[in-house]
Amino acid sequence: MEKITVDALVENLQTVIDFATEKLEARDCPMKTSMQLELVVEEIFVNIASYAYHPEIGAATFCMEFEENPSAVKMTFIDGGKPYNPLEKDDPDTTLELEDRDIGGLGIFLVKKNVDEISYEYADGKNILRMKKFF
Amino acid sequence: MEIQKEQNGNALTLKIVGRLDAGSAPELSKELTTALDGVTDLTFDFAELKYIASAGLRVLLVAQKRMKKQGAMKLINVSEAVMEVLDMTGFSNLLTVA
Repeated sequence: MEKITVDALVENLQTVIDFATEKLEARDCPMKTSMQLELVVEEIFVNIASYAYHPEIGAATFCMEFEENPSAVKMTFIDGGKPYNPLEKDDPDTTLELEDRDIGGLGIFLVKKNVDEISYEYADGKNILRMKKFF
Repeated sequence: MEIQKEQNGNALTLKIVGRLDAGSAPELSKELTTALDGVTDLTFDFAELKYIASAGLRVLLVAQKRMKKQGAMKLINVSEAVMEVLDMTGFSNLLTVA
């Protein structure tokens, strides 16, 4: 398993994205899948950076693990911020008209659309979000 | 991200180069607060936009809501990767993609 821990700040988003894309490239992950996963990593990391410790600053850990036959990547985000299960958030209604659309919930919705498995656990004072995607 | 502006009277074209993510979206949002004054015809040229995340979608939604009151807005040269995100979120129905 490979992991990186950074302060959960939007300024560190690129560091985490670079870590993820480098590992995915090394495993010959198709470009399209890699871009979808980049979006997943961004949305989760930015959520943690924006809400988990607010107004304090704390750490976020991102782990990647690869499987073969079939090829898949398991990704885990861990933070020690406020307990928060993003999977409990209602999906935005994507059929609403412009006036009725609001700007919340889009990030986690995109995450759910772009992974094959996702689960949340709160354990030992940590939020743990596990995801898996086949490629 | 880089924003290239081209203004012709009331028509404004904003070419967004690079990535519209949580890091860069606030810059575009800030630009739009003043750049849209008096604009009736807004075009986002996405020919060189490689990537969009929800933070970027939010800025587009706010811009579309404002432009609906004062004129029209459209997106041109949208790449396949960006279009996929617009489709997934239903934004392709809310925005005019030419």
